[in-house]
Amino acid sequence: MTNLLMPKIDRKVILKKDIIVKNLKKIVNPEHVLDHKDELKPFETDGLSAYKQKPLIVVFPKNTDEVSKILSYCNKEKIKVVPRGAGTGLSGGSLPLADCVLLCLGKFNKILEIDYKNRCVVAQPGVTNLSITQAVQDKNFYYAPDPSSQIACSIGGNVAENSGGVHSLKYGTTTNNLLGVEVVFMDGTVSKLGGKSFDSEGYDFLGLVTGSEGLLCVITEVTVKILKKPQATKVALIGFPTIENGGNCVSEIISNGIIPAGMEMMDKELIHATDNFVKAGYPRNVEAMLIVELDGTDLDVTELMENVNKIAKKNKATSIKISKNEKERLKFWAGRKAAFPACGDMAPDYYCMDGTIPRGKLVEVLKEIKRLSKKYNLPVANAFHAGDGNLHPLIMYDSNDKKALEKTEKFGAEILKYCVKVGGVLTGEHGVGIEKRELMCEMFSNTDIQQQIKIKKALDLSLLLNPGKVYPILRKCAEEGRVHVHGGKTKFPNIPRY
Amino acid sequence: MFMEEKQNFQIYRDTETLYPKNEQEVADIIKKFYKSNIPIEIIGSGSKREIGKPLRCEKTLSLSKLEGIIEYLSEELYIKVKAGTRIEIIENELKKNKQQLVFEPIDFGYLFLGKSNSGTAAGQVACNISGPRRFKAGSTRDHILGFRAVNGRGEIIKSGGTVVKNVTGYDLSKLICNSYGTLVALTEVTFKVLPTHEDNKTLVIHNLSIDSAPEYLQKAISSSNDVSGASFIPTEPICNNCNMNIENTFKLNDLKNKGSLTALRLEGSKKSVDERIKNLVKELKVSEQNISILESLQSEIFWKKIRNLEFFSLTKNNIFRIVIPPAECINLIYELPKNFKYFLDWGGAVIWMEACQLSEQKFESIRKKVIKHNGYISMIKYSSFLPYVEDVFTIDSNRFTLSQSIKKSFDPKGILNPGKMYTGI
Repeated sequence: MTNLLMPKIDRKVILKKDIIVKNLKKIVNPEHVLDHKDELKPFETDGLSAYKQKPLIVVFPKNTDEVSKILSYCNKEKIKVVPRGAGTGLSGGSLPLADCVLLCLGKFNKILEIDYKNRCVVAQPGVTNLSITQAVQDKNFYYAPDPSSQIACSIGGNVAENSGGVHSLKYGTTTNNLLGVEVVFMDGTVSKLGGKSFDSEGYDFLGLVTGSEGLLCVITEVTVKILKKPQATKVALIGFPTIENGGNCVSEIISNGIIPAGMEMMDKELIHATDNFVKAGYPRNVEAMLIVELDGTDLDVTELMENVNKIAKKNKATSIKISKNEKERLKFWAGRKAAFPACGDMAPDYYCMDGTIPRGKLVEVLKEIKRLSKKYNLPVANAFHAGDGNLHPLIMYDSNDKKALEKTEKFGAEILKYCVKVGGVLTGEHGVGIEKRELMCEMFSNTDIQQQIKIKKALDLSLLLNPGKVYPILRKCAEEGRVHVHGGKTKFPNIPRY
Repeated sequence: MFMEEKQNFQIYRDTETLYPKNEQEVADIIKKFYKSNIPIEIIGSGSKREIGKPLRCEKTLSLSKLEGIIEYLSEELYIKVKAGTRIEIIENELKKNKQQLVFEPIDFGYLFLGKSNSGTAAGQVACNISGPRRFKAGSTRDHILGFRAVNGRGEIIKSGGTVVKNVTGYDLSKLICNSYGTLVALTEVTFKVLPTHEDNKTLVIHNLSIDSAPEYLQKAISSSNDVSGASFIPTEPICNNCNMNIENTFKLNDLKNKGSLTALRLEGSKKSVDERIKNLVKELKVSEQNISILESLQSEIFWKKIRNLEFFSLTKNNIFRIVIPPAECINLIYELPKNFKYFLDWGGAVIWMEACQLSEQKFESIRKKVIKHNGYISMIKYSSFLPYVEDVFTIDSNRFTLSQSIKKSFDPKGILNPGKMYTGI
């Protein structure tokens, strides 16, 4: 286990735990305050289960007023607060602190309004991502961002992390599909940012708080755009004899003016692992496979599919399978969605990385990962959101061997640094959290980071809201950053991760 | 004390404009003014200088000499430019690869000068006012991937990158959009670019009134036909002080009838556009006699005119912009003065309005109505009749306090465009 420096524990706060509990019980229903160590245990970690820390107290407010009063009280008493949605985040963004109040938004679980005329849904932050689509699908609408954990992750968490999904290239991430939020700042001030109209005036606070990883405010209400479902959607599975052929095909599809709804790439190791796991019907004798999803009218999809077919053949595709119906389309996706658990079948442990690179650098980066794999003598499988350049290498190892863990950590850090070196970024969708905190100086200068910290201080003067996340505590780049999975079990093994 | 407050006590010389040629020069200038507490007006080429509150700064810093495309990788779907690069240069370069800035930057030259003056990348980002495709494709803030800039301390900062999927640190690219140069002086911007479509056509429904047009716009946008422009230009009110120019502006051979225009744009392959136009005609139940189809070239001209506000070209009246939830549009219009000329865009989510003989009191009463309908209003163009309003933009006290804090974090002495957006910011 990597040792991670967290903010200094405030012993005074720990000593007055009983008083804090008593005061919180005056604000919320006493049953919504948990303080016994057994009650705190389930909250000691989030989706990044390698890190564990019990909070001092857990509190479940049920409305904005209660959130405001809790924050106002904690601000006055200088108590740290860590907000938590569904706790599915992969970067440790809601890892508790020993002296913190863990503010859980689980009771904010209602869809407040479905407004078809303005094409939006107003929901409380604890509502799951998928349930928004489910609430409007009878009218053929849907909510576009679809992080793989969408059956469990909350929409508030999606806003905090600016979650993506496989359709980001065409439909954008959370920030592009959000119209408004209600938030509470650390001093208890409640603010509506945005609403149902586009581009609210003045500074774009909505854009600022989206992806701010719970450091600037607590989200208590979310208004998202909903879209009409396209008339038709089809998926093509395309196999290539080399990674280069696959990479070139991706670039050529984009260069030809085609923006697929989704475009995923898997390497040979992962194709075999996932096909063994779910029997998705993937081609076995290829080095790389593309999953290309196209949507639009029937005519659009047919035309685009013909073009993709031509480009694939030009790039030496050895197999092309097009989904014949919705059932087959979902089957094709099932393999990709099972990528993470399938890796769990191949090794006792794996680390999942999350960097984004320019699409054109794919072959170069995959070669580098292969070179590093040999250097560290650790197998790696690669899943890649090829459409938007988001790479998820899965490094396999055995945590029982302490040296293997150390090697894996170094391997992971080298991959992320290489992503930055070729013009990419540290994290595409999992967030910085505690996981990539110390790598921030790979991308940003001290002045850049100080500007961001000044913004934090402008909204949370005493740095009480989710401290220790995103920005380095030490002014050095430690070598860390990955999702740790042991025995094929993530914190939530039943949630697909892709 | 904020620089803007200080202005009241100083007598200013003629404004002197500085033209830094690179980022370091921008940083050196701002650092010098930071040390000596001198407020500066930051401009791109000045094409949108009239939007916002007028400034009285001792110095002006023009970014217009920071010119040039730094990197354009069409297959990576981004273009990185120096902040003073003109929008038309960017758009022309993108056209070579059949790509575009999909948020359709507005050329305000038609409104302010009566001819094209598209401004710079920095100006576009600073104002974040986007064209007809906004409701479908997002605005400038949705297409800025990263930037470099100089803050009010004279420090060079950056945020974002060149990739679409990026959650590394706060998304400052969004924050500097629509900040009217009050947070940073931009030096470099990276835009996401997207392919242009092979074909585009516009379905025009003639002679609908405001009572029914918004519903048609709403139905069209909520269909699966992927509409990328949805505007309504009503017949003009009889007003002695307004130019009557609907017919002059939209003089297009393909238009069969005179009168109001409800326009729906479809983009895609030729076959797909034709198929979707047929679908729309069927779904909206409009008769063939009452529609016109603008073919590609005329459709492009039509939307260029909408995008660039040519309907109001060279008007001597005030122009303001109202943004509201689209379903509120019709009720709000009923509450506004009948003699104001206007058109709806973004499927009814934005109202562009020309107001003759406007008083500040009347403007404020309109603002109250707009806020009641959960929208906001911004004064875009002054007139000799109403050459100044105290509140150009709309803000509540809560967001004002927040804005002050954010402003101080970038520009602690308030030297960058002080008061351009709000008094005290």
